Amino acid sequence: MSILDMTACQLAAAIKNKEVTVLEATKAVLAQIHEKEERYHCYVTVDEEGALAQAEEIQKKIDAGILTGALAGVPVAIKDNMCTEGLLTTCSSKILNNFVPTFTSEAVLNLQKAGAVILGKTNMDEFAMGSTTETSAYGVTRNPWNTEHVPGGSSGGSAAAVAAKECFYALGSDTGGSIRQPASFCGVVGLKPTYGRVSRYGLIAYGSSLDQIGPLCKDVADCAAIMEVISTHDKKDSTSVLRQDTDFTSALVEDVKGMRIGIPRDYFGEGLDSEVRDAVLKAAEALREKGAVVEEFDLSLVEYAIPTYYTIAAAEASSNLERFDGIKYGFRAEDYEGLHDMYKKTRSQGFGPEVKRRIMLGSFVLSSGYYDAYYLKALRVKALIKKAFDEAFAKYDVILGPVAPTTAPELGKSLSDPIKMYLGDIYTISVNLAGLPGLSMPCGVDSKGLPIGLQLIGDCFNEKKLIQTAYTYEKIRGAFGRKEDR
Amino acid sequence: MAKQYETVIGLEVHVELATKTKIFCGCSTAFGGEPNTHTCPVCTGMPGSLPVLNKQVLEYAVAVGLATNCTITQYCKFDRKNYFYPDNPQNYQISQLYLPICRNGRVEIETESGKKYVGIHEIHMEEDAGKLIHDEWDDCSLVDYNRSGVPLIEIVSEPDMRSAEEVIAYLEKLRMIIQYLGASDCKLQEGSMRADVNLSIREVGANEFGTRTEMKNLNSFKAIARAIEGERERQIDLLEAGEKVIQETRRWDDNQGESYAMRSKEDAQDYRYFPDPDLVPIMLDDDFLDQIRAKQPEFREEKMLRYKEEFDIPEYDIQIITGSKHMADIFEETVALGSQPKKVSNWLMVETLRLLKENNMDPEDIRFSPENLAKLIFLTDAKAINSSVAKEVFEVMFDQNIDPEKYVEEKGLKTVNDEGALRKTVEEVIANNPQSVEDYRNGKEKAIGFLVGQTMKAMKGKADPGMVNKLLKELL
Repeated sequence: MSILDMTACQLAAAIKNKEVTVLEATKAVLAQIHEKEERYHCYVTVDEEGALAQAEEIQKKIDAGILTGALAGVPVAIKDNMCTEGLLTTCSSKILNNFVPTFTSEAVLNLQKAGAVILGKTNMDEFAMGSTTETSAYGVTRNPWNTEHVPGGSSGGSAAAVAAKECFYALGSDTGGSIRQPASFCGVVGLKPTYGRVSRYGLIAYGSSLDQIGPLCKDVADCAAIMEVISTHDKKDSTSVLRQDTDFTSALVEDVKGMRIGIPRDYFGEGLDSEVRDAVLKAAEALREKGAVVEEFDLSLVEYAIPTYYTIAAAEASSNLERFDGIKYGFRAEDYEGLHDMYKKTRSQGFGPEVKRRIMLGSFVLSSGYYDAYYLKALRVKALIKKAFDEAFAKYDVILGPVAPTTAPELGKSLSDPIKMYLGDIYTISVNLAGLPGLSMPCGVDSKGLPIGLQLIGDCFNEKKLIQTAYTYEKIRGAFGRKEDR
Repeated sequence: MAKQYETVIGLEVHVELATKTKIFCGCSTAFGGEPNTHTCPVCTGMPGSLPVLNKQVLEYAVAVGLATNCTITQYCKFDRKNYFYPDNPQNYQISQLYLPICRNGRVEIETESGKKYVGIHEIHMEEDAGKLIHDEWDDCSLVDYNRSGVPLIEIVSEPDMRSAEEVIAYLEKLRMIIQYLGASDCKLQEGSMRADVNLSIREVGANEFGTRTEMKNLNSFKAIARAIEGERERQIDLLEAGEKVIQETRRWDDNQGESYAMRSKEDAQDYRYFPDPDLVPIMLDDDFLDQIRAKQPEFREEKMLRYKEEFDIPEYDIQIITGSKHMADIFEETVALGSQPKKVSNWLMVETLRLLKENNMDPEDIRFSPENLAKLIFLTDAKAINSSVAKEVFEVMFDQNIDPEKYVEEKGLKTVNDEGALRKTVEEVIANNPQSVEDYRNGKEKAIGFLVGQTMKAMKGKADPGMVNKLLKELL
């Protein structure tokens, strides 16, 4: 097997067995980046020199027996909204075009401690606001399955990099579907962990109460291994939860006998592409054949999820993004007169249209006189959505449905109609509102040759049931991947 | 007949809490570091940083709330107050609006017109901002984030005060409570206590409140009193002239003795408050409140009553000594070491107050230990040093907290009680000052004072003046 075709765990094993060196693997993936970047543009920053230096250091530690973990020596790509000390971190925004953090985010630090080689920072929708990676200030990322199509977003660079073998796995962040939807569009595995499972320290916030960091990778075993490394309690993040159940690889069991799987009828209504529906239901059927108890149910409130999400996320974003003002770091407009003009010009020139739209929306819903009608009401709906899921999880272990209504749209077709783009988040955002874990994995290819994603949703801190179900389905489904670059 | 007006005053008091570290990060709160040396990603608002609440802040805020008879909000939250300014690195301040930690309290104040209660509307926790430094030479502004994230509580009173005297009494009361709790040193000049005055006037007997203004930049009790008087007159003049008071924020200029408008209500910003999603709600159980309650100290009023019972010292001394928790602690500890209360009180009331005044210090700044004061008193009681030497030693002790026993030993300051040596010196003085001896013998009683002085000088101050006097009279 060629190095690039290996999963992260396979590569780590090969390194451990001295079949491959960390440097060989790093050089192989850097060569792939050199060859493919022009075509896909997955990265904002590639740290070639740094990666090679890390590779040598890590090899020494592996040889000395200091690094023995399941991911030691494996090169990884990091979404460009996670701070990396000394390495440009832009959030794909002009306003952070020169921002070099002084510290590394906790999730990335955990990877480094486990012997990851950081290759660089992946492209994304500006400040994670978007579903296509087209709102990046540094150009679009193309879908490796078909370069006329988007990779999804906002973690489109991370998903495309995994699909294009420009890394062995990647970290993304998910506020309303930003890991699961690009994973679905690029035919890779993605997991949004339970809110509080992975530290947000060092993640440049979009919607703080919804953001979670998670893996994008080639298969479910990698997903479990990565989760074991990044799920730590962090005292620097007040929302981080101390948990003992982080032995995710123990859930890599091929068995769904008696697993109660609920299929929300609400997720299969109008707007869902028929090819997507068929592929997802076929996956459910396959699990039933393996002994799972599958039944349909009404989740309710699904139609309220989108306005609720865009109210809460935009409100938090409008405040979170206030710090980008040209004073302390990042871009500052050139010609201005006085402080307020500087603020105005810096932010007008530094932010792209989608970010401005959400800042305006968020500022509006928090305004005096509107706060109760919009923000507070959204919080109440959020609580009701959580309650609806609580009731569902009293009956089911796992909820199964599509990730997105369609497969990857063509480039340039989404941004002209933002409302339509927002509606594409319908199956993913409730999961963030309820703080639940959600896993996305490929379950087929449509007639255009684009991958279709299957979503598994679990109760809070029940990632292991998702992993077990996904692992079992992966065995049924068999190998999945692109045939070649098109 | 001219109309009679009543002044209605409510106060917003900011108190900087005496925690070692900042409210949401581990940076030092120490005053006076080089610019931007007490900073980290959290208190400079770097992208990706997150706040974590300092538990001590919560404990102090609850302690102040309990001491001011507030109801503690057992499910409370932090909110973001959004506004753009360079001293505020995130462009939002983490504060409390919707669920402040304490509500509905009151304190009793006493003025010449009697006792009354001042209601406390709420107390909330928040972070301080950084400091802007305008460099006019280079025409640029610099920002120092050392202050950014220093914990504050804001105590908002009800509009219950009617005069500057009541305002001062209320502030003194708050200061005593907070100092006794050790929650802050409450120094107005240094800014660890800051008061904004909300003031309106109305005709005596009216039920409705008038339009109020808010006065900022009041750095001393004197400035507060002057500003209240000035604002009252300004508002009366407006009303008498048939004009209206505009609801606005004004800045007091104590040098000019007048205020000017900073911003009116129309310019008021919409702060778009909402709960900070980076901080989890705080749940305080009864046990936590009981623990804080159990740690409440003996406050000033109780202490004054006890002193009256226990110690035979003047009422005035009790007032001064209990006016500072630190001084009261020194007093009690020195007495506990065996010194006579009256003597301890004297040292505090006379020499200590004099030196504090000379050095422009507060009682909080006293550095000498009760042990050393007790030793000094013991040395004087034992007549090992005379009173002028004691004062000299005290000055050094006040300055450097030296051990008086060692100091007296090392410097050879002990009183010479050897009558033989003293007699010899007195004889010499008599021999060297025939004129004074003559005067004394001719009935000029005062001349003996000069001879005592000469003897003390010859003894380098180390003689017991009583004994010198006795010897002189004997030899003359």
